[in-house]
Amino acid sequence: MPLLAIKNLHAEVDGKKILNGVNLTVEKGQVAAIMGPNGSGKSTLAYVLAGKPGYTVTQGQVLLDGEDLLAMEPDERAAKGVFLAFQYPLEIPGVASMTFLRTALNAQRKRRGEPELSTPEFLKRVREVAGRLGIDQEMLRRAVNVGFSGGEKKRNEVLQMALLEPRLAVLDETDSGLDIDALRVVADGVNRLRSPQRSMIVITHYQRLLNYIVPDVVHVLSKGRVVKSGGKDLALELEARGYAEYQDEMV
Amino acid sequence: MPAAQETVEKVRRIDVDQYKYGFVTDIESEKAPKGLNEDTVRFISAKKNEPEWMLEWRLEAFRRWLTMREPKWAKVKYGPIDYQDIYYYSAPKKKALKSLEDVDPEILKTYEKLGIPLREQEILAGVEREDGTRSRVAVDAVFDSVSVATTFKEELAKAGVLFMPISEALQKHPELVRQYLGTVVPITDNFFATLNAAVFSDGSFVYVPPGVRCPMELSTYFRINEQKTGQFERTLIIADKGSYVSYLEGCTAPSRDENQLHAAVVELIALDDAEIKYSTIQNWYPGDAQGKGGVYNFVTKRGECRGPRSKISWTQLETGSAITWKYPSCILRGDNSRGEFYSIAISNGHQQVDSGTKMWHFGKNTSSRIISKGIAAGHSNNTYRGLVTTHRKATGARNFTNCDSLLIGDKCGAHTVPYIEAKNASVVFEHEATTSKISEEMLFYCRQRGLSAEEAVALVVNGFVKDVLQQLPMEFAVEAQKLISISLEGSVG
Repeated sequence: MPLLAIKNLHAEVDGKKILNGVNLTVEKGQVAAIMGPNGSGKSTLAYVLAGKPGYTVTQGQVLLDGEDLLAMEPDERAAKGVFLAFQYPLEIPGVASMTFLRTALNAQRKRRGEPELSTPEFLKRVREVAGRLGIDQEMLRRAVNVGFSGGEKKRNEVLQMALLEPRLAVLDETDSGLDIDALRVVADGVNRLRSPQRSMIVITHYQRLLNYIVPDVVHVLSKGRVVKSGGKDLALELEARGYAEYQDEMV
Repeated sequence: MPAAQETVEKVRRIDVDQYKYGFVTDIESEKAPKGLNEDTVRFISAKKNEPEWMLEWRLEAFRRWLTMREPKWAKVKYGPIDYQDIYYYSAPKKKALKSLEDVDPEILKTYEKLGIPLREQEILAGVEREDGTRSRVAVDAVFDSVSVATTFKEELAKAGVLFMPISEALQKHPELVRQYLGTVVPITDNFFATLNAAVFSDGSFVYVPPGVRCPMELSTYFRINEQKTGQFERTLIIADKGSYVSYLEGCTAPSRDENQLHAAVVELIALDDAEIKYSTIQNWYPGDAQGKGGVYNFVTKRGECRGPRSKISWTQLETGSAITWKYPSCILRGDNSRGEFYSIAISNGHQQVDSGTKMWHFGKNTSSRIISKGIAAGHSNNTYRGLVTTHRKATGARNFTNCDSLLIGDKCGAHTVPYIEAKNASVVFEHEATTSKISEEMLFYCRQRGLSAEEAVALVVNGFVKDVLQQLPMEFAVEAQKLISISLEGSVG
């Protein structure tokens, strides 16, 4: 059974249809890239998977390891192992990253019926993860994303992902707003988290990111549907020829 | 917007009936007859065995009160109060308690339900903290108008600190009470303060002698219990030259239908180089989901920095009461004196809050700081009302004000009414204010990481109020954080 099975998914935002029958499966341990022009529904797909309020599914089904994902609240999905790395991570003034991480981790553990981590256990875990990703402890004492540079925000997303150990990580335009050095650092962090137990959906407009996070498969999304799937070379092809032909195909 | 709609739906489901502390303790009590006239005042004074001058003082206030009218300028709405339909005095019957063991077990049980005794028992048992020091909080428990238990008295006595019910102070130290009572909040001050002066039943009295740093936090737990008993507390705290004291006040009240009037007066006096820190956690019954019932909290709190270089700091966490009308203020009379006001006011359901502070700058180079965080949810209204004023001779006065409001849902209101008067050219006043809505995006971000809707709101709100929370004494900080979560329960699904 694939980890994620999206079947004929239709969704709208503010009454406007964005997804028009997405079909997609992601195998366990697979890294799938989703590429597509602006407005093709890439971010909408990410939000629908995470359960963002206001994104209404009108038709179709999403199964996570056989379970009906769409029936779950956003925090339930998180506890089930769905993680969304935001394109624009939110700032939470006054809440230290450390507090945020601990609250999130323990909330998930509680929901799964696992014991909450004690402070020393948690600190040990965070230090280990931050160390692995080369993240300064000082960043953890600052309020969540407040005053962070674009690169720091994205690294913070990767840190959260590493700590929460999701089964399915959705990376929404993780490369946007990053210079090449920051991109390398973030991609390196993501690559360290690749494992047979973890599937990833890497959403991006540009092929550039896929030089660093090399996908197993590439899907092209256009006008709310997957219009082409292929190996990693498909990304290069797109880079060379643009999205025009796929957009025309739909007309 | 469906997203905003969802929050609105959630806010509608607010259930303030879940008020955790709504219960009535069954204790026999001794009451004055219902209603208010000169005889009531005489009855209270006689019950307390007060000196003649005190009775005269009360009667003068009462006569004055008869000529006054309820203030109507606050942004709150409520029906007429029948002052003849209130018991002005009610005391648990058992008396002459020597220690906590003598306290009515019913009362102790009440505290237990409130979650108070865990810490209190800890304190009484001398439980050690992680760092090896003992928690040091002296508790003067006020239960329905009479202080029933006072602890740590001996140690305080050793330091020369007087901490006792004001009724006791009137017996033991009448000269001190007479010297200071009514000197910050005069009996003519305002309708509710004047009423309090006439009928106050008890409260706390603190005197810290010159040069003494009070060896522990002083703490009082208030609780209104008897049906239809207005509670009129009178607190008087004097920090003599070069002394320091930190006082904590926390309270809850049982659930009931009738509105309960609470008109307390707190007076603080800081002499030369003295410092008083006064913290409040207010969690009285806010009324039910329809806005019925709940406590009317009409309180006058004022401190005077009488001596040079003195300092008074108010910190408050207001989560309860149907209506809050409260402006803890500082009169900065001494040169180089400083006043501070840190406030978190949370309103949910149909609560109405009109709160803030007044800083009067009279002395030279006086400074004041106001940090106010208002959080409105449900159908509530939350108003910050503040005054910063300088006398023309108060050269070099400075003020910094920061008022932030946070809205949860779109049926509530946040209002900021700052009055600023600078009567000489050398003052520097700064005012910052923001109003924001708790954003759907932020909540979703938290929920995506695994937090429930309620946990997400609590986390964001705790971040919003962090600057003020830090001002609360350690003993209260954790409790305060919990209280914030509890009071916002039901504000989201």
